[in-house]
Amino acid sequence: MSVFINNDTRLIVQGITGRDGGFHAEQMKGYGGAQLVAGVTPGKGGQEHIGVPVFNTMGEAVAETGANASCIFVPPAFAVDAIYEAVSAGVELVVCVTEGVPANDMMAAYRFVQDNGARLIGPNCPGLISPGQAKVGILPAQICREGKVGVVSRSGTLTYEVVDQLTRNGLGQTTCIGIGGDPIVGTNFIDCLEAFEADPETEAVLLIGEIGGDDEEKAAEYIHDKLSIPVVSFIAGRTAPPGKRMGHAGAIVSGGKGTAESKEKAFEAAGVPVAQKPSDLVPLLADLYAPAKAALSQV
Amino acid sequence: MKVHEYQAKEFFVEHGLAVPEGRIATTPEEAEKIAAEIGGTVVVKSQVHVGGRGKAGGVKLADDAAGAKKKAAAILGMDIKGLTVEKVLVTRAVDIADEYYVGIIMDRASKLPVFIVSAAGGMDIEQVAAETPEQILKLAVDPRYGVQAWQLRKLAFAVSTEPAVVKGIMKALSALYDIFMATDASLIEINPLVKTPDNEIWAVDAKLNVDDNALFRQPRIEAMRDLAAEDAAELEAKEAGLSFVKLDGNVGCIVNGAGLAMATMDLVQFFGGKPANFLDIGGSSNPEKVVKAMEIILRDEGVESILFNIFGGITRCDDVARGLLKATETMDVKVPIVVRLTGTNEEEGRAILAGSSLVPATTMDEAVQKALELAGGAK
Repeated sequence: MSVFINNDTRLIVQGITGRDGGFHAEQMKGYGGAQLVAGVTPGKGGQEHIGVPVFNTMGEAVAETGANASCIFVPPAFAVDAIYEAVSAGVELVVCVTEGVPANDMMAAYRFVQDNGARLIGPNCPGLISPGQAKVGILPAQICREGKVGVVSRSGTLTYEVVDQLTRNGLGQTTCIGIGGDPIVGTNFIDCLEAFEADPETEAVLLIGEIGGDDEEKAAEYIHDKLSIPVVSFIAGRTAPPGKRMGHAGAIVSGGKGTAESKEKAFEAAGVPVAQKPSDLVPLLADLYAPAKAALSQV
Repeated sequence: MKVHEYQAKEFFVEHGLAVPEGRIATTPEEAEKIAAEIGGTVVVKSQVHVGGRGKAGGVKLADDAAGAKKKAAAILGMDIKGLTVEKVLVTRAVDIADEYYVGIIMDRASKLPVFIVSAAGGMDIEQVAAETPEQILKLAVDPRYGVQAWQLRKLAFAVSTEPAVVKGIMKALSALYDIFMATDASLIEINPLVKTPDNEIWAVDAKLNVDDNALFRQPRIEAMRDLAAEDAAELEAKEAGLSFVKLDGNVGCIVNGAGLAMATMDLVQFFGGKPANFLDIGGSSNPEKVVKAMEIILRDEGVESILFNIFGGITRCDDVARGLLKATETMDVKVPIVVRLTGTNEEEGRAILAGSSLVPATTMDEAVQKALELAGGAK
């Protein structure tokens, strides 16, 4: 098992004929049991790209292929429209990789996605991967392996760093999810934690947060109240100066809110261990989760 | 992006908010002239992108033109929380009977624009929220339907029960919402919104922060950018497609990805050092970007070593290694450089760097410790 994507995922890439869209579509194609069934680029319908049909509209693409997921690689000015189009076409999962989407547009789009019962991941995210089954987004498949640990993070390469450490220590993953670095994203930590808890295969979770907002604080409370599987956390940005945006649009400490300290305190209060550095995550996990302990002893 | 008070007030005036007459001065003489034209008591207000200007002495009342000149002379050039005052707004003083706080934020938790109003105007709203939260009313608006009259009424009645005042506040709140949406704001506030003894409502102050992601469709806001108020190196980095924030340590950091970049800085501090900067080089191994990143970091004379922390995901480590070599060959770099390459094709990458002066490292911990050691140890 896994969360959000699996062997049954039938994927469309929106913006497949673009440089990034095309490159990453090729990476997704043929991964696991999932299928890349089509691409959408308005005006290029009827063509074939990297071996899959291209359609002008999401409506046609879904009707022709029975797709249930889409991955968006269109420029920021058009990304929100692509989200509306995907949800309107009836796909259940929309992953928006695009960075630089106006938050103002996302506030309304988020409502629309919710009202239509779809799930949006991102924007400004690396997407997700269920090792061996499906990959939607840009996470590098070669650092992942099948297993029982769930990973959820607001970052891209820091997620890879953590996944890589799990894999090198012999710990595979059910699903790794990058929820995105923007202030307004479609899927929060809690949504992912809920899914991991419900997934019979996921036995433990690594949660990677960062400064800005209070999604981590809310996640801490949720873990305390609702989760039976162990969670270990790390928060990036202790050294970030207040008032400065640290790369991600959402990574900013403002008015004394959203500090790493506040998030770490919340996790500690909820009984969730906080790693002082990324390399401590797996050892901390080993304290709570026997297979991690066993794996560590073999490395 | 932050917009100055006098710039935000342009939008206020266009949306029918009552704003006291005022103009910008860059010299005491200009301030004197503007004060004479306005007549009567004026306020001389520093225009810097920082809160608490009043407390810092950056806002002064003047009885007449000569007084305005004197106050402007004192405020211009003043340092407020590290920012130098280059401009003052000289504006007519308004008689104050009551002061309110009104604002809208893009609220991350509810993912909605949220109004915040309080009868405790003229104070730091974060302090009010912490000490007397009952004095604050918050109300979320669904942007798909816009703000409704009942919502404006509810907000206005929270700060006043006088019909004339409520009407005036509703009008101000409605304008504020329109400006918030039209400018792609992440924050807009009037503190204080003033009630005069005649029950008139005036926007005496203005604060407007705009979502950087929306600047591509906000050319007017982009043109309001105060280049003098922003860090030159940060602007230069931005133009080169790099995300950079200057800090005051001795270990320069160049990392791919914002989260990993923050974690790298944190790790420098964990091992007892101080990071010189945050720098996200993005997903590319483009040598030009590497050169630009190094140039910006090396301009800081406090930098004693440079740490590259690159996780090759889709980006291949051998490509990054070639980019690094090419970049360092074209530059005269006097500080040691530690390179940590991991991920896709990491062994090929390390082999490429093997004969160079770049110091290799495998893990993040090892890389940071080496960079610290080469910078002369923990400080």
